[in-house]
Amino acid sequence: MPSLTLPSAVDLARAQFALTVVWHFLFPAFTIGLASFLAVLEGRWLATGKAVYLDIYRYWLKVFAVAFAMGVVSGLVMSYQFGTNWSVFADRTAPILGPLLGYEVLTAFFLEAGFLGVMLFGLERVGPRLHFLATCLVAFGTLTSAFWILSANSWMQTPAGHVLGPDGRFAPADWWAIIFNPSFPYRFAHTVTGAYLTTAMIVGAVGAWHLLRDGVNPRARVMFSMAMWMAAIVAPAQLVFGDLHGANTYAHQPAKVAAMEGHFETQSRAPALVAGWPDAEAGETRNAIGIPGLASLYLTHDLNGTVRGLKDMPRATWPTNLPLVFWSFRIMVGLGLLMIALGLAALWLRWQGRLYETVWFHRFAVAMGPSGLIAVTAGWTVTETGRQPFTVYGLLRTADSVSPVAAPAVAASLAAFAVVYLAVFGAGIWYLLHLFNQTPHVHESGPPTGVPVRTAGITPAPALDAPHDGASRPALQPAE
Amino acid sequence: MTVDLTLVWALLIATAIFLYVVMDGFDLGVGILFPAIREKADRDVMVNTVAPVWDGNETWLILGGGGLFAVFPLAYATLLPALYIPLTLMLLALVFRGVAFEMRFRTVARLARATWDGAFSVGSFVAAFCQGICLGALVQGVRVEARAYAGGWWDWLTPFSLFTGLALVAGYGLLGACWLIWKTEGELQLRAYRLARAFGLVTVIAIAIVSLAMPFLSPAFRARWLTWPTMAFVAPVPLLVCLLGWRLRDALDRRDEVMPFLCGLGLFLLSYVGLGISLFPMIVPPAVTIWDAATHPSSQRFLLVGTVVLLPMVLGYTAYVYWLFRGKVTAGAPGYH
Ligand code: HDD
Ligand code: HEM
Ligand code: HEM
Repeated sequence: MPSLTLPSAVDLARAQFALTVVWHFLFPAFTIGLASFLAVLEGRWLATGKAVYLDIYRYWLKVFAVAFAMGVVSGLVMSYQFGTNWSVFADRTAPILGPLLGYEVLTAFFLEAGFLGVMLFGLERVGPRLHFLATCLVAFGTLTSAFWILSANSWMQTPAGHVLGPDGRFAPADWWAIIFNPSFPYRFAHTVTGAYLTTAMIVGAVGAWHLLRDGVNPRARVMFSMAMWMAAIVAPAQLVFGDLHGANTYAHQPAKVAAMEGHFETQSRAPALVAGWPDAEAGETRNAIGIPGLASLYLTHDLNGTVRGLKDMPRATWPTNLPLVFWSFRIMVGLGLLMIALGLAALWLRWQGRLYETVWFHRFAVAMGPSGLIAVTAGWTVTETGRQPFTVYGLLRTADSVSPVAAPAVAASLAAFAVVYLAVFGAGIWYLLHLFNQTPHVHESGPPTGVPVRTAGITPAPALDAPHDGASRPALQPAE
Repeated sequence: MTVDLTLVWALLIATAIFLYVVMDGFDLGVGILFPAIREKADRDVMVNTVAPVWDGNETWLILGGGGLFAVFPLAYATLLPALYIPLTLMLLALVFRGVAFEMRFRTVARLARATWDGAFSVGSFVAAFCQGICLGALVQGVRVEARAYAGGWWDWLTPFSLFTGLALVAGYGLLGACWLIWKTEGELQLRAYRLARAFGLVTVIAIAIVSLAMPFLSPAFRARWLTWPTMAFVAPVPLLVCLLGWRLRDALDRRDEVMPFLCGLGLFLLSYVGLGISLFPMIVPPAVTIWDAATHPSSQRFLLVGTVVLLPMVLGYTAYVYWLFRGKVTAGAPGYH
């Protein structure tokens, strides 16, 4: 019988980080956009007084509460993971990354957490205006959170503003240069628009789902229309940001871009490969199909520009999993192009006056529901596996970052995370799908209700002896 | 005049951790009391008392961890690997609990509800238990060599750490019960009085046992607690614990509504101060001091500038949110779940 050998502690820790961070990011990718969407909805409600906006607001607020809770608990895990699995990394980079994460907690997490309670339960206590302020603060908090964490991540990609001590520890030299390191502006712009698109795809899919059932539901119409505007405007912008981001990465992490493109040789008129299989052993991309000159065009903005290939760089700095980087990139870009197609089709149908009647288009929008989440995950896979074999690009190797924890401990915790996340978040996501399936009603009650019991606008006083089934919660009540 | 920034930071982080302990303490406590209160309506009220604030409470844990990473990286980088298993369990328990919180209101089927209730309760219990284990393991000392944890992955497991685990469960149960006394009324409140009495008794006994054991754990603790003149400063701590225990009992007998919670907080504060006296200036006993563990001075300064402005703001709006949701929570109360 072949003996079972455990992967090394480094590989296990990498797998654990990848697993927990991908799960985590699924939620913020959705809630960053959803928080802003909620703020817009409530703002429209206050400005126009139209009940339809409040109904949609309430519909999505229930979703937000669940998604946000999952974001919080999975994020909590992340903030301890640097220490449990990457203690050497933590010790060496803390003087730089520590304050960035510290500021994230102080400026963003407390703000979100504090006002989330008001947002979910406070409408009747503080009145609509203050409540709107709370919604805006939560939305602002999610963006601030993205600002700091992406600054930290970008510093790991394109370190700047530090000095590296003889003991391998980083010391800050210029905080401005650290925070606004070279890749940060691009990564921030591209990730936030990615989050907006993720939300637009989900909201659009839910709207389309209900339009397929009942084409005149005004709430489904409004949410669908808003999401399609978002797709039409933001998806093309995402392509532009992505292109700029890629050019920036080409300047700072050429090996990553070569891996994304599947280029081994340095060449002019470099092709953009549509498919193929990069083979590090053979030193070539097998079965490559490409469009000549296109990669030169978008990386150097010159059809005959010279593009560096992997063989131009030391072998020890090549990303360790070339096919993963290559294919993740294609998945992201492919989905981006589909989103652009969706947005353009929506513009066309709107102009034709058929946006709410075109069944094939609604089916298309439903199918695109998860596309944002998939694109975001693929994009991060490109970024993070493309950074390998370093944790701090060029300066600190992944193999030198790991904690002195025995492999069995890491393996056991990895298994526990895998099982618990699948069960708990799986149930959470199942429940979200169930919420999506519920028709958005008039007089949506606040979060969370069991069965919608009232359709009239009169709110019964809560009676102490009422059946405590969680169903008969009044929607709007004056303060006590 | 020069200010020792490291000392300032040690105080700040200690405060953040204390705030975490008492705030998440009562809301974990609510979960710990679940097995004693079985009716759905009562449980809904219990959860509703903490629903608007639990997320904020948990954020202090992130600040505690993030703060250690930012300001005392050596402590972060040695304690976390040392406490690998209990911390991982705690995080998983909090995952369960956090999601169960949202889900238990939303499921109608009886079995699903029972499952989420169980997840909420077990999650709360395990999180508290693991935090107590971490505390005990820390007090017992952690082996550090060449800026790295040098022990094994089961070193944390001792009878003492298991005992501190249970002690913290009891303490959180007490806080939870006192919180419920404050926030509820009627039958549920009556039961909370009874629970507070039981958990209070266990807590005070546990504090006594841990205090008695402390001097035997290390010569350094013994020197602090049992030699003159430091003894003069530390002697009031056990006395105050007795006083507060008595005050708690009295408040419960008189059906006071707020006083028990304050007594509970007081007990935690005293234990915390006692711990501080034993450990200071060690952050990773027995050998790493706060100055050894501190980060680069520039990083300390950079973060402190913002903290001075931001922390009071955080405390301000946290207080505002608590104030907003003041008052009793009743079944079917408006605005809550
Ligand atoms: C809805 C999400 C989404 C969509 C549709 C796209 N991206 Fe993207 N992309 C991301 C979401 C994302 C991301 C998750 O936000 C990443 C991961 C890390 C980062 O900085 O952004 C990312 C990374 C990323 C990178 C890697 C940068 C690096 O690692 O340094 C490049 C070059 C691009 N993207 C380019 C594009 C292009 C040309 C797209 C064409 C439409 C595109 N992305 C669509
Ligand atoms: C912005 C904050 C982030 C930081 C600070 C961060 C940091 C890290 C660290 C320290 C590692 C482990 C070391 C390594 O293997 O390089 C890692 C790996 C990884 N991260 Fe990130 N990460 C962040 C965001 C993300 C997100 C949002 C995703 C995906 C959704 C992601 C995906 C991955 C993957 C897949 C790996 C494993 C890569 C590999 O080992 O090949 N990361 N990241
Ligand atoms: C390794 C990297 C990461 C760590 C350590 C981390 C940590 C955390 C923590 C502790 C929370 C809970 C905050 C709360 O209590 O409200 C959280 C939530 C959040 N994170 Fe992350 N995070 C990471 C990656 C990312 C990335 C890459 C982004 C965005 C670009 C992000 C954006 C957010 C947002 C917007 C929230 C609040 C919304 C929500 O919880 O759904 N995080 N994160």
